[in-house]
This record gives sequence, C-alpha cells and structure tokens, in this order.
Amino acid sequence: MADLEAPQSKTRDLDKLLLRAGNLVGPDFYPGAELRDDIRDYVRILVVGAGGLGCELLKDLALSGFRNLDVIDMDRIEVTNLNRQFLFRQILLLEDVGKPKAEVAAKRVMERVSGVEIVPHFSRIEDKELDFYNDFNIIALGLDSIEARRYINGVACGFLEYDEDDTPRRETIKPMVDGGTEGFKGHARVIVPGVTPCFECTIWLFPPQVKFPLCTLAETPRNAAHCIEYAHLIKWHEVHGGKSFDPDEPEHMKWVYDEAIKRAELFGIPGVTYSLTQGVVKNIIPAIASTNAIISAACALETLKIVSGCSKTLANYLTYNGGEGLHTKVTEFVRDQDCLVCGPGILIELDTSITLQKFIDMLEEHPKLLLSKASVKHGKDSLYMQAPPVLEEMHRPNLSKPLYDLMGRVQKDTVHVFGTGLKNEEKHSSLTKLRVVFKGADGVTDMDTAIGA
Amino acid sequence: MPPMKKEEATMSEPKTKYDRQLRIWGELGQAALEEASICLLHCGPTGSEALKNLVLGGVGSFTVVDGSKVELGDLGNNFMVDERSVGQSKAKSVCAFLQELNDSVKATFIEENPDTLITTNASFFSQFTLVIATQLVEDSMVKLDRICREANVMLVFARSYGLSGFLRVSEHTVIDSKPDHFLDDLRLNNPWPELKSFVETIDLNVSDPVAHKHIPYVVILVKMADEWAQDLVKSKMISMDEDNYKEAIEAAFKVFAPRGISSEIQQICNDTCAELSSNSSDFWVMVAALKEFISNEGDGEAPLEGSIPDMTSSTEHYINLQKIYQAKAEADFLVMEKRVKNILKKIGRDPSSISKPAIKSFCKNVRKLKVCRYRMVEDEFSNPSVTEIQKCLADEDYSGAMGFYVLLRAVDRFAANYNKFPGQFDGGMDEDISRLKTTALSLLTDLVCNGSVLPDDLINEMCRFGASELHVVAAFIGGITSQEVIKLVTKQFVPMLGTYIFNGIDHKSQLLTL
Repeated sequence: MADLEAPQSKTRDLDKLLLRAGNLVGPDFYPGAELRDDIRDYVRILVVGAGGLGCELLKDLALSGFRNLDVIDMDRIEVTNLNRQFLFRQILLLEDVGKPKAEVAAKRVMERVSGVEIVPHFSRIEDKELDFYNDFNIIALGLDSIEARRYINGVACGFLEYDEDDTPRRETIKPMVDGGTEGFKGHARVIVPGVTPCFECTIWLFPPQVKFPLCTLAETPRNAAHCIEYAHLIKWHEVHGGKSFDPDEPEHMKWVYDEAIKRAELFGIPGVTYSLTQGVVKNIIPAIASTNAIISAACALETLKIVSGCSKTLANYLTYNGGEGLHTKVTEFVRDQDCLVCGPGILIELDTSITLQKFIDMLEEHPKLLLSKASVKHGKDSLYMQAPPVLEEMHRPNLSKPLYDLMGRVQKDTVHVFGTGLKNEEKHSSLTKLRVVFKGADGVTDMDTAIGA
Repeated sequence: MPPMKKEEATMSEPKTKYDRQLRIWGELGQAALEEASICLLHCGPTGSEALKNLVLGGVGSFTVVDGSKVELGDLGNNFMVDERSVGQSKAKSVCAFLQELNDSVKATFIEENPDTLITTNASFFSQFTLVIATQLVEDSMVKLDRICREANVMLVFARSYGLSGFLRVSEHTVIDSKPDHFLDDLRLNNPWPELKSFVETIDLNVSDPVAHKHIPYVVILVKMADEWAQDLVKSKMISMDEDNYKEAIEAAFKVFAPRGISSEIQQICNDTCAELSSNSSDFWVMVAALKEFISNEGDGEAPLEGSIPDMTSSTEHYINLQKIYQAKAEADFLVMEKRVKNILKKIGRDPSSISKPAIKSFCKNVRKLKVCRYRMVEDEFSNPSVTEIQKCLADEDYSGAMGFYVLLRAVDRFAANYNKFPGQFDGGMDEDISRLKTTALSLLTDLVCNGSVLPDDLINEMCRFGASELHVVAAFIGGITSQEVIKLVTKQFVPMLGTYIFNGIDHKSQLLTL
C-alpha cells in the first residue's frame, strides 16, 4: 500500500501541489521537482513587519517551501504583544521583552524549521536603499499603518516600467501581498503593479479616522473619551508648552489619565479608566491571534501561488469578518488608469531643444491635459513653481533652458505637473504624472503623437 | 469635595499580556476562556494551529489526543514538531511546544487514535467544555456528534484537504452578540413618564442661542413626534367629531419607528425550549422571564437597554438624559430579576442560581439574542437540502465550495472502499480520478441530486490534493476554528451558522445551509 521504497520527502504535502500537473492552475505552471527546488533555492521573500501578522507569515512561508526570507521591523517586543506574537516568550528564563522583534522572530523560526535562512533587519523601512527592495521576488506586508503601506507600495510600483504601448514590462513587476487585521476583521489582497490596483488606486477604501470636534472637547464633553482627549490634546500643551507628548512614556500617560479624571469629575462624567485612556490616546487596535493567523495564512497561500503558479490566484481583495458568523468575500477591484503611483503617466514626446517655458505652454494645448499655469517637478527637484512669488522668482531662469538639460539629459523619465485643469468644463487643481520621452537624443524616430518644435 | 475613587493607574502584571484581547471580550469573556477545557483530536497542523491560538489567548486547559508518531513529512507542515521529535509521539511533541507558549495553561496528551476513543470510550468526552475534532472521516463525525450532544459538550469539526477545507459547529445560544450596527434603544415614539417629564422641562423656543443649540436631539425628536402627529393629522380634519381622525392623532406615533420586539426575538420567545423543565438552561429560563415581562410590565416592549449614543448637547442635559435612561433600564432589570427568581423556584431550582451579572447582561442584550440551531451531522449527511445543493452547483460563486463539499464526502467513501484516499500515492492517478468521479456521482444519486454535475476539473484537483494537509490551509482553517471556539466559550459575538467550506483556489469560500 504505502510507497515503502522511496524515502519520505520532507515536503510530502507540498509536493502534491508542486510536482503534480493540474487543470485549475496558473498560466505558467511547470510542475516538477525542479519547481520545488527552485523555490527553495532561489526565491527570496521579504516580510515587512514582525508583529502579529509578521510572525505568522514567517512560519507560514517557511512551511510552504521558501528557504530564503528576510524580515524587517523597527520595533522591540512588548508585553502586550504576547497574546498573539507567538514567536516571543516570557517564560522561565526566556525574557524576550525589550529585544528587537525582527531578530527574535528570525531566530525562533530558524530553530524550528531546519534549512530556512531568515535575515532580520532591525530598522525602519524608509532607511533601506531602494535596491534592497528590488532583490525580492515578492514583498509580503504585515503592517499596521496606512503610511507604511503607502511607502512600500510607492517603492514597489516605482520599479514598474511600461513599454511604448502602455503595457507593463513583466520583469519590472514586483508583486505584493498585503494583510491587515482589527479584532475579528481582516483583509488580504494581492497587488501586482500595473495589473491589479495598487494601494494608492484604492486609497478610498480606508475610512477617515474619528476625530472629536474641538468645541465638544473644550466646552461640552459628554463621555470619558472626550475628557481623555481634552487632557491629551488641549491641556497637555497648555501646561507643557513645547514638550511633545510621548504615548510610550508612562509618566506622560499617567499625567493625561490624572487630568482626564479631574475633568470627568468636574462634569460628572463616569467611565475614565487607565485602560481606556491608553486606548484612546494610542488609538489601540484590539488584536487576537486567530484573525492574524487567518489573514497571514491567506497571504502566504497567495505568495506560494504567485511564485509557483500551482493554482489560480486571488483576484484580488479578500475581506474577512468573524464577529458575526463567518464571512469571507472576494472583490475584484479595478486599477485606476490615471493612478499617480502605478500608472504609466500620459506619454509626451519632445524634441531635446524644447525649453521649459515652451513645455509649460504645450500643456495648456494638450488635449488630454488642458493644464494652465503648470508647476513642474522632476523627481525631488522643482523645475518651476508658479507660486509663491519668492520661489517663482527663484525658478524663473529655468524657463529659458531646455527641458532635456534640466532633466539631466536622460532619454526618458517621469515628471509631475500641477496646475489648473479643465475637466467636464469645470476647473480644478490637478496633479498629473507624465512620461517624457526625448526624440533626437538616441535617434528615436518621429511619431505622430509627438509634439515637436 | 472628596475625589472620585481612582482606578489603579497600571494594570496587574499577568493581565497586561491579554490587554489587546480584553478590549474585545472583556474580563467576563477572559474568565470564561480561562475556565474552559478543550479536547483536540488529531494534532496535525490543522488541530495544532487551532489550539495554538487558544493557548495564546489563555485557555484553561487542553488535552491532545493523537496516536501517530512524527514522520519526516510532518516536518514540512507542522511548526510544532522538529527534527528531534521524529519517531516520537506527535501528541507529546505538540503538547510540549504549546506548553511553552503559555505556562498558565494546563497541558496533557493521550497517545491514542481518536477513532478508537470515539468507538470504545464515549464517556471520555464528558469532562470537556468543548471538543475540536480535526481530520475525521464522515463515520467518526456522525458518532462523535451523537456523543457530544448527549453529553452536552460543544463540538467543532475542522478539516484541511489540499486547497479545500471544512468547518462545522454545534448548536448554541448567544446572549452578547455584539453586532456591528445596531439601532439605539431610544423609544422616541414611546417615551415613558420620566422621559416625558424631562422633555417637558425643556423649552425648544429658548431665546439664548447657545442654549438653543445645545438641546440634545432626543429631546427635540420626542417633542416633534408629538407635534408633527398633532398638526399634520389635525390639518386634515374637517369637523371635530371625526373619531377616525382623533384615533389617527393618537396612533400617529406608530408611523415613525418600529415598536416592541423584533420577529427574531418573538420567535425565540415562542420556541419550544421556552417551555421550561427542571433541566432547562439558564438562557431559556431568562427567555421565559422575558416573555412574562413583555406581556406585563413591558407593555409590549423588552427591558430597556439603557445607554444612549453621543449627541450634541449641553453637558447638563446629556447627563440628565443619560440618568433617565439608566434608571429605567435598572427598574426593568429589577423586574426581570424578580421574575427569573420566581421561575427558578417553580421549576425546582435554587432561585439565586442565575447570577445578577448574567441577568443584567441578558437584559442589556435582549434585542440581540440569537439561537443558532444545527442539524445533527447525521441528518445533514443523509438528508441535505437538495435544492440548496443543486442551486449552489449551478451558481458561479458557489459551485466551487459546493463541489468541494460533495467531494469531501466522496473521498471518505472512496477511502472506505479502496483503503486509501484518491491520489494519496503517486501512480494510478487516472484510475483514481475515474473512481472518484463514479463515487461522487453515486453519492449525488443517493442524496437524490440526480442530474447535478460536478466539474471534471474539480474532481481532478481533489485527486491531485491526495489528502494532503498543507500548512497554510491548516493555518487558515485552524484560525477560523479557534475563533469559533472563542465565541462559543465566551458566549459573545455570533458563531457561524451552517457548514463552512474553504475554497483555496479562488477564495470563494462559502457558508452552506444544508
């Protein structure tokens, strides 16, 4: 009955997916031991975050045939992490609290799964060179903030290049898998820059944060949270002047709590507790092990599928809600063609002799843009600003220079223009991404769409 | 003036670890978790991952039941075994790892095949709060379901099979369902005397502009409801002796918002379980009291919930309003408490056996009560809803999940016939595929679903899976399993109702009601 001759494979279960042909698989699926071994030996995955999602992701990926992982996290382990970040311990002689998450997480997974190599990076994501991110096949995100997600999204989409007919160049696509959780809810999504919507394309999915009106805090508080925010946002500055409030400083937190109690007493409002104070001030998101496990598993599964093609991939956003019954839903969101981050930008072909002034004039005529009073930015450099007067004067000399020179004599690059556009006969401010290609620089031939001198 | 009693400005050491989850289910929920004892059957990755999440959350104790030894292949899918444990008891290995995660949890293991235990030692299960049964075949599931229902032990079935998965939960009643969106219990169209008198003390036409804009909307609407009704209807009256209009004026408030109790709660009150006997559960005793309350003191309404949402208002008006709602809720609670005690006496139980906090929680959450009924697994398996199966197989979003449901049962039949799962071993794949197809079709025929077709691609996939237990799928299934267990044990939030089928191909997983 059992295959007694063949020695058992360590990847007994994974082999069934990777070594066997199937029908409901990805477009480039070549099953076989070579696929499994290539994944093990060559594929590199970056896990961003070593917290609730990160710990689970590292375990899941290590047990899905990946051997080369990196993990980056700038935080240290805290006691409140221990109810879900299972790689960290506070038991007997093992005191992880205070140590860098990335380092401990990497160490623990390597101890349990032999053969896996995890390189930890105890640093901020912004402190890494862009090239660092380019070394990975997939970036798996286990983050807890919109800003961090936006940053990585910007980096990954920044690698994306398009060819002349607006098709993304395959070798420049850097897929991301992103997960997020809050209490019993969570989401997992697949981002393939240039193909699926990027994080920026669907930024409207995230609701604005709750903020209390100032007059409520100052004049008519009604509940405990109002008293706390009064102490945190108003009273603190009154008493401490320029000193900034540090939520991780117990002394600061206690001060806010004491003041909140005083205010609550004054108005006869019940309910101010130390726990609530922390929750309101730090905007603490309740978190449990199970939701993190679920979402990370979904993300890791998608990572395996994208890399191997062993099954169809999630298209492209999964929402999960376990508070009221059990609900999972898949939504296929569509890219924003004009996305400033993952879009190609409108193509503009120019002669190398065109001056910046002429370029700005052209933008007004361009049928897709009709942009008047444009300011122009090239990467971090402002080439010309319409306002304020001081900066306008400073950049004015650029107007008579060739745009080609101002852009460092590269054959093509991205610029951003900002001005007053006309859409549906209505004027509005707009920021637009443009792809500028210079002809005559490398013998680039004339095209009908070119705007020449 | 003496200062208000201040809470300890730090949390006690052991509790800090659980801070992030206490914010979800509170001290009561945590206490319930810490009193629970869980039995896990089979500690492959599915069961181990489920238990891991519970151990991290502080479950009281667990017992792992598994008779197998750790094989080399287990190193590729189970985080809780390592190279040193190859050849040793898997239960022992998993137990040791889990103990490391949380030293306040009591961990034990039994090296025994769960199927044997189910067949020969049914009474074993009575000692547990809940049993998590993973990777069981149909036959064992049916037996265990019977045993647990008899012993009143909660039961959750979970299974990972390639890129598919299965989750099913036992019957349950919920008090604190914590829905995301719920209408406040304001009774704007049916204010009780104290609320009415408070509203009357406030003049909407006050001249001071600041005071004018700090009158809470509850007060505005209670006043308007009355005024609108009067003026609008009056304007249609032709003469003073039109009784129908007089009646209309009096009944006008009925137009505005639903009064009384919802049909869901009505159903619960009329449930057969509300007819009490001496071994009725606390939940049903309180439902009986609720029924009495509604027909008497409540005058068609349930006990008042007692809280009001935030609204623009002067602090004074708001606090006063808050106190009025709290007072009524307290008064309603006291009536309910009395009735509960009387009922307990009547059925021969100690009148103080249901605690004050339990009754309070019930009163607060009356409008959100839920009864989740589950068919016996045996019934579902022998008599599933044919229309549901056919409908789902024909629907683009449901066909994958329903297909897996049928195939999961088909592979168990296959295994019973051929002593292995289809595709479990390399070689003979074509034969297995055709045998599985035949088995699946005959299963559908037995279920009276003739004419329904399973896509060939899905049958092929099922054989390809070869009864594998992939870590990522196990982690997902284990995750949702642990979440259901938490809801069942804490009796908060709403457990899933139905049979959940995980579809890892396109993630179009579905909850099937069969």
